[in-house]
Amino acid sequence: MNRFAYATPATLAEAAANTELVSEAMVTLAEGAVLKAGGIDLLDLLKSELLAPSLVVSLRALPGLDAITQDPAGNLVIGAMATLAAVADHPLVRAAYPALAEAIAGSASPELRNVATLGGNLLQRPHCWYFRSPAYHCLRKGGGHCFAIRGESQYHAIFDNQACAIVHPSTPATVLVALGAEVELHDAEGAARRLALEDFFIGPADDLQRENALRPREVLTAIHLPGRAPGSRMAHRRQGEKAGFDWPLADVAVVLTLDPDGTCGKASVVLGAAAPVPRRARSAEQVLQGRRIDAAVAADAARAALHGATPLSRNDYKLALFETLVRRAILAAAG
Amino acid sequence: MTETTTAGASAEAARGPTAGPGTTTITMTVNATTRHLELEPRTTLAEALRDALDLTGTKLACDRGACAACTVWLNGRPVCSCMMLAIDADGQAVTTIEGLAQGEALHPVQEAFIEHDALQCGFCTPGMVMSSAALLERNPQPDAEAVRDALAGHYCRCGTYPHVVAAVLAAAERK
Repeated sequence: MNRFAYATPATLAEAAANTELVSEAMVTLAEGAVLKAGGIDLLDLLKSELLAPSLVVSLRALPGLDAITQDPAGNLVIGAMATLAAVADHPLVRAAYPALAEAIAGSASPELRNVATLGGNLLQRPHCWYFRSPAYHCLRKGGGHCFAIRGESQYHAIFDNQACAIVHPSTPATVLVALGAEVELHDAEGAARRLALEDFFIGPADDLQRENALRPREVLTAIHLPGRAPGSRMAHRRQGEKAGFDWPLADVAVVLTLDPDGTCGKASVVLGAAAPVPRRARSAEQVLQGRRIDAAVAADAARAALHGATPLSRNDYKLALFETLVRRAILAAAG
Repeated sequence: MTETTTAGASAEAARGPTAGPGTTTITMTVNATTRHLELEPRTTLAEALRDALDLTGTKLACDRGACAACTVWLNGRPVCSCMMLAIDADGQAVTTIEGLAQGEALHPVQEAFIEHDALQCGFCTPGMVMSSAALLERNPQPDAEAVRDALAGHYCRCGTYPHVVAAVLAAAERK
């Protein structure tokens, strides 16, 4: 780890003013300032010397950024500095968004969840082993080549993998996108904007070296979840090589609204660990909408979810895995 | 924000209190004793405990939060001390394996680990014990699944897991 100065600003403007490099650890330039939330991913990048900032700006002294509150309209606002443990254990989260609580409780380990924050989790850099290894100067680090596409691709993307085959590292993000979450972003001048989380994440076609739309001098401050719609149901299913403390090989979030007669109204099906961003499986959603959900409809939707997949040489096993998880998640949500 | 606060001369004002990159004073309560340490901001909590305070019961193995050998309590909650900066523990309470026993009396989890032969080489044991004891603080009567969930982050290359689960369940009975 290089030597760096460490600042603890007391206002968002101070924090934002000094972060030419944003996110918990966005951008791999050799100098500059980075924002630090819980610091789990940041320390990993510093130890690998993928980042060498001159200044680390910690958000921990900012008041109120870890609050979890419900607004009068019934929306849940989760401060970006709320730890994963605090979010997963929160009564409002457990009651209204059980799939989110379950996905977070299945992320990382108890020791890491006590420190890692939801904001930092959403802003992790990719965990592609070529990206994380200082030995590979890959496309995402400014090199000329994605080593995964023709290399060891077993944990890589099966969609949108023509240029860079990372998968998005956040499991909570899979559920948050399905729930229609928004992120709140503040800049150094005090201006705030809200963006759908689905649009916040950007793929290799938009930018090969960034994974989100955060601008320089902008800080992610909160995650907004819409209140539960009447008749809404949700489920999250994941599969890893181990039952706990492992990156998912595949994870799936399904959020449905069912009319009183059992017909599916809105449907949101999102695949994690499938693509560079959490991927809406819109063809699966179309199969579900307007139908009464039974095993056959769920199986049709699950097949549709994999339309257009382009698996690499080491990861075509993910097709069957996702098809099974999508089917099970739909049936679990509808049941 | 005014123009003056963004100027280089006022960088301190613009970013709030700043320490480092050289050493700075960090104050934390370690095993109920207040400690003042002179450390660079880049120092991890694990390095501070082991190198500055000689509390070498906290073990470093992966140094990436992947094995939990370095687990200590921060304000009573288990954390990987290798993935935290010591400066982030400034003003907080840290408990290490050295602070778990009451004098000569071992913690019930430590007693149970001995009785159930829950260690072989022992390198992962301090971390396992800290997470197990933290589990019993918040869930005094866990079932085996809750114990396995609480210890999911810990690696034991000797493969003592079944004995560890038995020991934690026995410690829960005893408490």
